[in-house]
Formats: sequence, structure tokens, C-alpha cells
Amino acid sequence: MPKIQYPAKHESLDPLLQFIAAYCRKRGVPDKRIKTIELACEEPLVNIFNYTYPPDRPGDVWVTLNAGPNEIIVELSDSGKTFNPVARPDPDVDQDIDDREIGGLGIMLMRKYTDAIDYKRENDKNILRLTFSF
Amino acid sequence: MEIDQRKEENVLVVSVKGRVDAGTAGELDEAIGKLIEGGERFLVFDLKELDYISSAGLRSFLMIAKKIKATSGKLALFSLQEMVLDVFEVSGFNKIIPIFDTVSEAISATT
Repeated sequence: MPKIQYPAKHESLDPLLQFIAAYCRKRGVPDKRIKTIELACEEPLVNIFNYTYPPDRPGDVWVTLNAGPNEIIVELSDSGKTFNPVARPDPDVDQDIDDREIGGLGIMLMRKYTDAIDYKRENDKNILRLTFSF
Repeated sequence: MEIDQRKEENVLVVSVKGRVDAGTAGELDEAIGKLIEGGERFLVFDLKELDYISSAGLRSFLMIAKKIKATSGKLALFSLQEMVLDVFEVSGFNKIIPIFDTVSEAISATT
């Protein structure tokens, strides 16, 4: 069960997605599916980078990988404030219709490409488990 | 991510290669923003070598579409790879931005 730890910063996006992609390749996940798995992981990762830790006290994100016969399980966790990176933010009622739709775009895409999403708060950590069938 | 450009029949063909994600979308915004500010109104994107796009990239293309519309110009994309086309379809963006298989179809649509 490979596990990796990185600072919760934007610079970590590439190495983390590569880590996930390499594991998927080893497990024989088809190329196109690997990319949609990366896309689905990018959204919550970016939300963790943006919202979980205060700017003056940065922290880390952990990515743990596991696999079943036809599935990849990606677990993202952080020790920041209680925050579910895939919960829809409350709509801003002052924004116009177009802006509001775009605000939910990343989460919508993530949900389309993810087969199961589980969030829990445990031991002062946010733990998000994403299951991808292939 | 790499951005190249060429002119074909008075239409600017921009190639975007590599990945447009949260890390690179800003560069794309900036580069294309400059082109539009410089007066380009008819833009065709060659996405043959674009391997990956995330919601950040879609937002960039939406902004580009809005800017082009504001100039009464036209925009088209062509040669999308499987994953990128899928993302455009799943998000419904294929209904906002015209997508074609070939450069000539894309150029015809913007002239």
C-alpha cells in the first residue's frame, strides 16, 4: 500500500498525480482511465492546498494507494481544519447564473469520474477515500 | 504545457501541447489573453497533443470563449484526444465551444 507525503502546496500537484498515475499503470489501468482518475484527484487536492491550512501555518497532505481486482482506491488525508474537499461550497446568491455553474464544475467532473466517495474526520485528520473502477 | 502558433488562411491556429491543469491553466489564460488583447478575434486551437485537461483548463477555455465572443470573433477546437473530448462532453462544454476533427473544418467554422 504505497503512501506518500507532500506539502499541501500547488507545486505538489504534479508529483502527486504522477505518483497516482504510476501506480495505476502498474495495475494495468487503461491510459484514458488513468487520466480521468488524475482529474478526479486533482480537484480535492487543489481544494486541500487552498483551504485546509492557514497561510502562515502550512501543512502536509498524504496520499495512500490501494487496489482491488478492478478498482483503485486513493486516500487523501491532511491534518488541517475540518474540511471535506468534495463538499459543494454554498452557492453565492449574488453571483450570476453562469458563474455559479462554473463554481461547481470541478466537483461535478470529479463525481462523474469517481465510483465511490467517502469522507470522514478521524484523529484530527480529514480522510477522503476515492474508489475508481476500471 | 507548450503553446505554439501559426497562421492559416488569416486564422490563428494555436497548438496547446501537454497538460492544462490547475498548475498550467494560468499560463494558458495569460498567453491567449495577450493574443486577444493584441487584436486576434478568430482563433482555432489544435489540441492534437493536449494529453490532459482538468476543470481548471475548462475554465480557461470558457474565459477564452467569453473574450472572443465579446470581440464578435469566433473560436473552434480540433483534434481532441479521447480523454479531453470526454471531459468536454461530460461537462457540456462541447455545446458552448465548437469542436471538429480536422483543421480545415475548424477553420471553415471560424471564417
